[in-house]
Amino acid sequence: MAVIEQSRIRNFCIIAHIDHGKSTLADRIIEKTGLLTSREMQAQVLDNMELERERGITIKAQTVRIVYQAKDGKEYIFNLIDTPGHVDFNYEVSRSLAACDGAILVVDAAQGIEAQTLANVYLALDHDLDVFPVINKIDLPSAEPERVKNEIEDVIGIEAQDAPLISAKNGIGIEEVLEAIVHKVPAPQGSPDAPLKALIFDSVYDSYKGVIVFCRIKEGRVRKGTSIKMMATGATAEVVEVGYFGAGQFIPCEELSAGMVGYLTASIKNVKDTAVGDTVTDLDNPCAEPLPGYKKVNSMVYCGMYPADGAKYPDLRDALEKLKLNDASLNYEPETSIALGFGFRCGFLGLLHLEIIQERLEREYNLDLVTTAPSVIYRVYKTNGEMIELTNPSNLPDPSEIDYMEEPVVSAEIMVTTEFIGPIMQLCQERRGRYISTEYIEATRALLKYELPLNEIIYDFFDALKSRSRGYASFDYELKGYEQSSLVKLDILINHDEVDALSFIVHADSAYERGRKMCEKLKDEIPRHLFEIPIQAAVGGKIIARETVKAMRKDVLAKCYGGDITRKKKLLEKQKEGKKRMRQVGNVEIPQSAFMSVLKLDDK
Amino acid sequence: MRDLSIYIHIPFCVRKCLYCDFLSFTASAGEIESYVNLLVQEIEEQSVFYRDHRVISVFLGGGTPSILPAEEIGRILQAVRENYRMTDEVEITMECNPGTVTAEKLGNYITYGINRLSIGLQSTQDEELARIGRIHDYEMFLHTYRAARTAGFVNINIDLMAALPGQSIASYRESLERVADLAPEHISAYSLILEEGTPLYERKGQYSFPTEDEDREMYQMTKEYLAERGYQRYEISNYAREGFACRHNQVYWQRGDYVGFGLGAASMVGDVRWSAPESMKEYKDYVENMRTCTENVFQQAGVQVLTMQEQMEECMFLGLRMMCGVGCQDFYEKFGCTMEAVYGPVIEKMISQNLLQKENGYIKLTDRGIDVSNYVMAEFLFE
Repeated sequence: MAVIEQSRIRNFCIIAHIDHGKSTLADRIIEKTGLLTSREMQAQVLDNMELERERGITIKAQTVRIVYQAKDGKEYIFNLIDTPGHVDFNYEVSRSLAACDGAILVVDAAQGIEAQTLANVYLALDHDLDVFPVINKIDLPSAEPERVKNEIEDVIGIEAQDAPLISAKNGIGIEEVLEAIVHKVPAPQGSPDAPLKALIFDSVYDSYKGVIVFCRIKEGRVRKGTSIKMMATGATAEVVEVGYFGAGQFIPCEELSAGMVGYLTASIKNVKDTAVGDTVTDLDNPCAEPLPGYKKVNSMVYCGMYPADGAKYPDLRDALEKLKLNDASLNYEPETSIALGFGFRCGFLGLLHLEIIQERLEREYNLDLVTTAPSVIYRVYKTNGEMIELTNPSNLPDPSEIDYMEEPVVSAEIMVTTEFIGPIMQLCQERRGRYISTEYIEATRALLKYELPLNEIIYDFFDALKSRSRGYASFDYELKGYEQSSLVKLDILINHDEVDALSFIVHADSAYERGRKMCEKLKDEIPRHLFEIPIQAAVGGKIIARETVKAMRKDVLAKCYGGDITRKKKLLEKQKEGKKRMRQVGNVEIPQSAFMSVLKLDDK
Repeated sequence: MRDLSIYIHIPFCVRKCLYCDFLSFTASAGEIESYVNLLVQEIEEQSVFYRDHRVISVFLGGGTPSILPAEEIGRILQAVRENYRMTDEVEITMECNPGTVTAEKLGNYITYGINRLSIGLQSTQDEELARIGRIHDYEMFLHTYRAARTAGFVNINIDLMAALPGQSIASYRESLERVADLAPEHISAYSLILEEGTPLYERKGQYSFPTEDEDREMYQMTKEYLAERGYQRYEISNYAREGFACRHNQVYWQRGDYVGFGLGAASMVGDVRWSAPESMKEYKDYVENMRTCTENVFQQAGVQVLTMQEQMEECMFLGLRMMCGVGCQDFYEKFGCTMEAVYGPVIEKMISQNLLQKENGYIKLTDRGIDVSNYVMAEFLFE
């Protein structure tokens, strides 16, 4: 293969708000450049997890290399790096962006700029990427490309008048986009003769090759046999294979040099050793400084995950282990609950991440899970001067030992049409939000800025936001820091026994309301027993709410006619089967659905 | 020689009651006749399997068997007599509804050897009867009952129902008293169970039903009042004067052999269960193919050979419906292991919750256990 000239390489990504057509545009680009015939194309090539396709979101960064014959007669190498599209994966996004030299900003011709669009554009600009916009979905009747162009210029301040007007879905205007990539994305810089300096922007685990590291070579070169070192984690290895990304496959090559995007394998066993954002260098000829911006990713949200069938605990452990191989941001450690038995306390980047892991465990590993209410990390300052980071509410020390507590607070940006400003502000108020500012983007849309406690948004904030704005509000946030707060632990007692898996930390002012709702919900979920069951909510030993599940008076079989007992037996079997799915707490059997139902207290 | 009971299903009714989810429907005279032909054929065909059985009871149930012309009933019973060996004391029961029999019909029944009549009354309150869609009123019932006595029936059951829409404890009590005053030999008293898919279920919102507490009070009252009047409760919902407990009924709970003839009829012989098809067309095929005994017949009948575990489960959850309970010795003789070894912990737990009691080597439900018998019985199923 001929040597690739640096000037003919274009490393870029596509940034967009969810649903604005990022993945579809990626597909069209791949199709247009002839990498796959349209028959071979499965819709949205880059989202290769079943879940990604179904939810229409990208979870892991995907990368593909394409050869484009430009109108100037030259061949260009495009490396398209598809970034995850959710606030939970902000750090991954920022690392993917750092691997690029330019970005295509896709904006929906009807909807215009959304909160996430802004967040992503700012992120891209922070990484000195050249951003050029394209207006998608111009075939929609409601498309207003001129308005959107002006909006882009006004709000973001980038040139948009000559933005390609396209429809990725119908393949309109794709040529124009390809030419724009050639002309607007700068060629990579960096000397191939300098010491090796490569940015890790993702990695996946392969059971034969070990960890496959996705990297962008900033300087120097790497080939089979190069001894490498990850500068942050300190791990060392010898490169076994380097290559680039075909559509859905890895294609080995001789060497990766400055400006190129590709992968390397080095018999690395653990994704932990190849943290996203780390710098790979040559062990024998290291670069002086690592690339900037590396940080250790921390879990923001924790919850307990338990197998519905206690005997499946080893299966759950194996499944988590396997997921962890590919997902360094997933943390878990074993924990035991009196109510739920053996399980794991798992840490996630955010609620979407949590949901994705949960769904993958259930789908790909066929596990039936019981999940406890998600919790953030609280900082508990004890009277003896010690500080503990609390991820499981059950571990809260006795109130007498606590000096004060802090909770994480996020800076949130909510983009909303002006008619819904009222309801959204009210929602933020209810969730203990601190108002910062309102910026009018145009006459009909505004950007609300709030500071919100993280624990107020991890349950159902997003759903509430959507329902109160009829789906029009968009939302983005980042962790701001910790603030002192008046927090209490709410305990639930069922038949006078505390159920550890139902305890959670809540702001003192909403404890009563939450406790009352919990009790009401549980009353509906817990079937009647032979005896009366009190359900109580308590804070620090004081009962603040109570409901009662009345005792079962009657449960008798109907007439058993003509000796046909099969129906009756089925009824008894159903009853027995139902009981198997229950959790025994004291002498009360609690259905697993009860543990989950309390996560959705605001359902009307 | 083993004992055998025979159930014969007549799936026809004048019209369907609003609470009914049994296999029954209306039919023309022609349809009835061709059904009886099939029935007779089935009775004949199957008899070869029961050469070493003797019949201790026959039960004609439905539906409403009494809407058949008397001669058709005669034809059916004749087929039974000609093809099966009957004991001298064989109990032959027929169900009938008020308003479907005449003195003449009843006289014929006696001639055919029917010696037990089960009359569906359900309530003595006409409004209550109308609400559940019965075809008769209390007056019609009285007429039928007296005619049955006159015809010579000395063993009569009356069906009653509690927990009917609009029923009160007082109105139920009155039904109980009136029925006891008539002095039938046997009384069945069931609580109405609203089955999904029945018209009554669909319109349940229109009525006020007795509460669970009232339902249990009615049940308790039934037991106590009928005991005063000389009726012993021998099964969860059945009461009889001394010596008049229904033999056929007990066979079901004590897992004796029984064979069912007719549409959808269930059978259990030698720990094998099966049922005839429930659609008339399939039933016809089934009977007509019986002689060649093709694989298809077995498939249609859904033949199920009960495992030892299933037999044990049945032994417990069926047997517990009998007030005498399940005998530990009987269990041992049947299965070759003790009840203690199989169900020890369950029984222990149920006794500690005051739902079961052990008396003279029998395990039986307590009064509280009867109220929640499903809960107790489900405990005896294996994982």
